[in-house]
Amino acid sequence: MALYTDHAMETAIGKMLRVGVTVSAVTVLAGGLISLRHAWAPLPDYSHFVRERASLDSATGILHGIKSLEAASVIQLGILLLIATPIVRVVMCVAGFARQHDWLYVIVSSAVLVILLYSLWQHGS
Amino acid sequence: MRKASFDHPAEREPVSNAMSLLWFTVMVFFTSLFAGLLGSLTGLGGGVVIVPALVLLFKVDMRYAIGASLVSVIATSSGAAAAYVRDGLSNIRIGMFLEIATTLGAMMGAYLATRVSTHAIAIVFGIVLLYSAFASFRGRESVAKETKPDALAVRLKLEGDYPAGSVSEETLRAGPAATHYTAQRVPLGFGIMFGAGALSGLLGIGSGAVKVLAMDQAMKLPFKVSTTTSNFMIGVTAAASAGIYLSRGYIDAQIAMPVVLGVLMGSLLGSKLLPRAPVRTLKMVFALVIVALGVEMIYSGTKGRI
Repeated sequence: MALYTDHAMETAIGKMLRVGVTVSAVTVLAGGLISLRHAWAPLPDYSHFVRERASLDSATGILHGIKSLEAASVIQLGILLLIATPIVRVVMCVAGFARQHDWLYVIVSSAVLVILLYSLWQHGS
Repeated sequence: MRKASFDHPAEREPVSNAMSLLWFTVMVFFTSLFAGLLGSLTGLGGGVVIVPALVLLFKVDMRYAIGASLVSVIATSSGAAAAYVRDGLSNIRIGMFLEIATTLGAMMGAYLATRVSTHAIAIVFGIVLLYSAFASFRGRESVAKETKPDALAVRLKLEGDYPAGSVSEETLRAGPAATHYTAQRVPLGFGIMFGAGALSGLLGIGSGAVKVLAMDQAMKLPFKVSTTTSNFMIGVTAAASAGIYLSRGYIDAQIAMPVVLGVLMGSLLGSKLLPRAPVRTLKMVFALVIVALGVEMIYSGTKGRI
């Protein structure tokens, strides 16, 4: 049990979260700078919600937009990376608890992972 | 096609006062920066004021506002993690176990958000704002931790050691040795966590105040363990509603961009300034702002203006 302490696991997770949040923030910022090409454009009307099932809601749609460096697609990629960081955190917990042979918590963290993936797979993509 | 909003803005009808994209982005960024700064200095979180600020000041639809806020909540939770890991107070097992409840709750909350009217969401939001202001002043007297261990908590390993040497009321009172703690009333805490997750998914907030309530008051965990573990849980909880928000088009890139960057920078700045900040005064000011926003949200919600 002493092989891999909880604190070591948390330190590794803390590092990953910091890298994840930095990479996503830089991506969002890059997209934001690209969007300033249209800095003086009038603002779209955000006071009314438009339910659009846009190309940006799917990974393929976003990747398509990235190729042509569309601001919204780059920002959305950053947002997807941000959403992915806590999911990677749960994956690291599954692996960390397995290293500790704490099977109860391998099951607990796997359950959380299944819920997260279900919520994304069911409603996302 | 949503991407049109960026590259061909004219495809959406401009608002009458024709605020430019740059002006909107800059104003939302600084509002978010301020919210993140105050949120991290007072421990109330920035997300809780971002939604009312976007809705009331910038006249953004509630659904875009909660979408942007949810993303910023994930960013601050992950961004603050490094500091919390250094303290070594968060409990990874208690957090993970309770995340089963918060993620299930978050999915239900996000589903409800797509079904319930924005008036109703505004009223619930107002009530949560008032509660957060109240909770920030609740006494933090430590309850007697030396109770008989809860059998379920022991079986689930919901226990830990509060390290000696960290500066806090609890350790000072308990003496220099590490104190052992075990969670109490696990089903109650689990139930409150489900509610915290549902609020998070419904309102796009971290609902840290309710998570702390579940651990600190219901499960009788040390206060610092509750707050740091809560911070770790916020990102995972919010990720569970993100899929539903994305598929419904709640997360608009153009609005989310300045909100995420502003709140994140504000909260990082806040954690740097924290040791020298007049926290009590700030807390008082921020609580008043939150109460005013809460009352306004409830009023606008009942009048059907939001």
